[in-house]
Amino acid sequence: MVETQKPTLATANRRLVRRLLLLTAVMFAFGFAMVPLYDVLCEVTGLNGKPSGRVAAVEPMKIDESRTVTVEFVASLNLGAPWEFAPQVTRMQVHPGQFYQTHFWAKNLANQPMTGQAIPSITPGLAASHFQKIECFCFSRQRFQAGEGRQMPVTFRIDPDLPPDVRTVTLSYTFFRIDDAGS
Amino acid sequence: MSTASHTTDHDHDHDHDHDHGPARGLSRWLLTTNHKDIGTLYLLFSLTMFFIGGAMALVIRAELFQPGLQIVDPHFFNQMTTLHALVMIFGAVMPAFVGLANWLIPMMVGAPDMALPRMNNWSFWIMPFAFTLLLSTLFMPGGGPAGGWTLYPPLVLQTGNAFPFVILAVHMMGASSIMGAINIIATILNLRAPGMTLMKMPLFVWTWLITAFLLIAVMPVLAGTVTMLLTDKFFGTSFFNAAGGGDPVMFQHIFWFFGHPEVYIMILPAFGIISQIIPTFARKPLFGYASMVYATASIAFLSFIVWAHHMFTVGMPLAGELFFMYATMLIAVPTGVKVFNWVSTMWRGAMTFETPMLFAIAFVVLFTIGGFSGLMLAIAPADFQYQDTYFVVAHFHYVLVPGAVFSIMAAAYYWLPKWTGHMYNEKLGKLHFWLSVVGVNVLFFPQHFLGLAGMPRRIPDYALQFTEFNMVSTVGAFLFGFSQLFLLYNVIQTIRGGAKATDQVWEGAQGLEWTLSSPPPYHTFTTAPEIE
Repeated sequence: MVETQKPTLATANRRLVRRLLLLTAVMFAFGFAMVPLYDVLCEVTGLNGKPSGRVAAVEPMKIDESRTVTVEFVASLNLGAPWEFAPQVTRMQVHPGQFYQTHFWAKNLANQPMTGQAIPSITPGLAASHFQKIECFCFSRQRFQAGEGRQMPVTFRIDPDLPPDVRTVTLSYTFFRIDDAGS
Repeated sequence: MSTASHTTDHDHDHDHDHDHGPARGLSRWLLTTNHKDIGTLYLLFSLTMFFIGGAMALVIRAELFQPGLQIVDPHFFNQMTTLHALVMIFGAVMPAFVGLANWLIPMMVGAPDMALPRMNNWSFWIMPFAFTLLLSTLFMPGGGPAGGWTLYPPLVLQTGNAFPFVILAVHMMGASSIMGAINIIATILNLRAPGMTLMKMPLFVWTWLITAFLLIAVMPVLAGTVTMLLTDKFFGTSFFNAAGGGDPVMFQHIFWFFGHPEVYIMILPAFGIISQIIPTFARKPLFGYASMVYATASIAFLSFIVWAHHMFTVGMPLAGELFFMYATMLIAVPTGVKVFNWVSTMWRGAMTFETPMLFAIAFVVLFTIGGFSGLMLAIAPADFQYQDTYFVVAHFHYVLVPGAVFSIMAAAYYWLPKWTGHMYNEKLGKLHFWLSVVGVNVLFFPQHFLGLAGMPRRIPDYALQFTEFNMVSTVGAFLFGFSQLFLLYNVIQTIRGGAKATDQVWEGAQGLEWTLSSPPPYHTFTTAPEIE
C-alpha cells in the first residue's frame, strides 16, 4: 500500500506542477502576444485613432459640396524637447472628397543637427480610416540643421464615407526626436 | 517531496518521525517547510506591512488635513500614495490570504502539509527581500516610485534610480505569488483526505482554489508588462513609446487585464472566510453552498472581460464602452447571490456576536456599500465624472478595507484560539472592532462626497471648499490607524498566554480543523482523517 502510494502522489504532484508552470509560461507569453494583437485590432477597427501611415491612393472621389467638416490641427511636443512646432492654421472647413494642403512649422532650437519624426493621431478614433493623406511630412524622418526652421506640407482629404455624426476631426502631431546624436 | 518521504519512512521511523517538533532558534523559521510555521511567517509579515503601509496612509491624510502644503513636499506625497498602494496590495492583503491558506487549507482538507513544502519556504522568503528592495527606493536619488501603483508610462519612466529596483521587486512578488498559487492548487487537488470530494470542501478552500488559478493566469501578464517598461527605459524598445510606433494606452490594457482579476484575488478568499464564520455564529449550515461555489467561479470568469472599465475615458468607441459597462454590471449578479446567501444563513439563526462575527457582519454591510459605488462607477457616462476623483478612492477603499482587511481581521480572531491554544481578550477585540468600524466610515464615507464634488485623487493640495470633509476624513484615518494597535496588542497577548481554548473553540464551528487540539500538533493528519 505504502510503496504504491508514494510514486503515485509524487508523480501526480510533478505532473500538476509541470502543467501549472506551463500555464504560467503561456500567460507570460500572452502578455507579449497582446502587443501584436493590439496593433492588429487597432488597424482593423481603427479604434485608437492611429492612421495607417501609408500614402493613400489618388483615385478621384465624388466631392460632397453639401457637407462641411471642420478639421483641427494640433501640434505637441514632449516636455523639454528642443523644437518649435506649430500648425500654420489651427482649423479648416473642408468638403469631403476634395484635397487640401496645409503646413506645419518646425524649427530646431538646439545648436546641433537633429532628426525628428512626427507621429499622427486622429480624434475621434473611428475617423482615422476616413482621413487620407497623399503627402505628409510624417511619412519620413525630418532632418534639421542647427537652428534650421521650415514649413512642412501635408495634403489630405476626408473620405465622403465619414460617418455623418462626425462634424469635427482633429489631426494631432507629436514631434519626437529620434536620433540619439549629441544627447 | 517531504510529504512523500513521510509515507515511505512510515514503517521504519514511525515514532521518531511522528513526534519531532519544530527545530530551535532562528533556523526553525529560515529553513522551515512546515505549513503552520510558514503560515505564521506570512501572517506576521503581512501585519508588519499593514503597519508600514498604514503609516504611509497617515502621512497622506495628515497632509490633506488642510488645503495648501504643510507637512511633505508634493514629490514625497506622490511616493507615499504609490508605495502605500503597492505595500498594502502586495505586502499586506495578498500575503495575509496566503498565510491563512497555508495554515488552514491542509487542516481543512485533511492533508499532512502543503504539497510542495520546500517551494513553500522559498515563496515566503522571497517576500522580505522584495519589500526591502521596494522600500529602499525611498532612500535613493530621485526617491521612490511616484507615478501611482498602476505604473502608467510615460510618467513612470521618469522615476529616478529607483525604477529598475521597483520592477525587480514587482517581479519577485509575482514569482512568490505564482509559487504560492501552484502550491495551493497542488495541495487542494492532490492531498485531500479520501472522501473529501470537491463539493464537500469548505468554501475557504474553494475560493482559494479559484483565486490560485486567477493568480497563475494574471501575475505572469504583470511580469510581462513591467518587463516591457524595463526594456522601454533601458534597452530602446518602443512598446509604449509613440515615437517608435508604440502606444501608451496599450499599457493600460495589459495592466488592467492583470489588474481587474487582481482585484478579485484580493476579495475571493475574503468571501471564503466570511462563508466560514457566518454559519458558525449563526449556528446554521451555510445557505446555498453550491451556488456560492458557482458564484465564485462566475465572478472569476467575468473578471477577465471587464478590464477596460478602468479606462473608460481613454477614448473608446461606443461599442466598447457599452460592452465593458454591461459586463461589469453583470458581476453584481453573482456577488448579489453571495450577499443574499450570507443574509439567508443568518436569517433565524441562533446568532451570537463574538468579535469574528462582528467583523463578518460589518464586512457584509460595508462591502455591499463598496459594491454599490462600484456599480455607479460601472456606468460609463457617469464614470466620465467620477474618473480619477475621490469617489473612486472611496469605492475601492470600501471594498478593500472593510472588505478584504476586515475579513482578514475576522479570520485572525476566529482562528487565533485554534492556532495558539489561547482565547484572545474578547473585550479588547470588541473595542478594536467598534473603533475600527467607526473609524473606517468616518475615514472613507466623506470621500464619496469629495469625489462627487470633483476633488481629484493623488494631489497633495485641494480647493478650499473641500476642507471640512477632508478634516473629518483625516480624523477618521487617525482613529482607524491607531485603533489597530489594539489588534497588535491583543494578538501578542494571545500568543503569549491566556485562557485555554477548547478544541472546537466556537460552539457552532464545523470542519476538520476544529477536530484537532488547540493548538494543533506540529504535524497533523499524517494519517488521513475519516470523512463521513
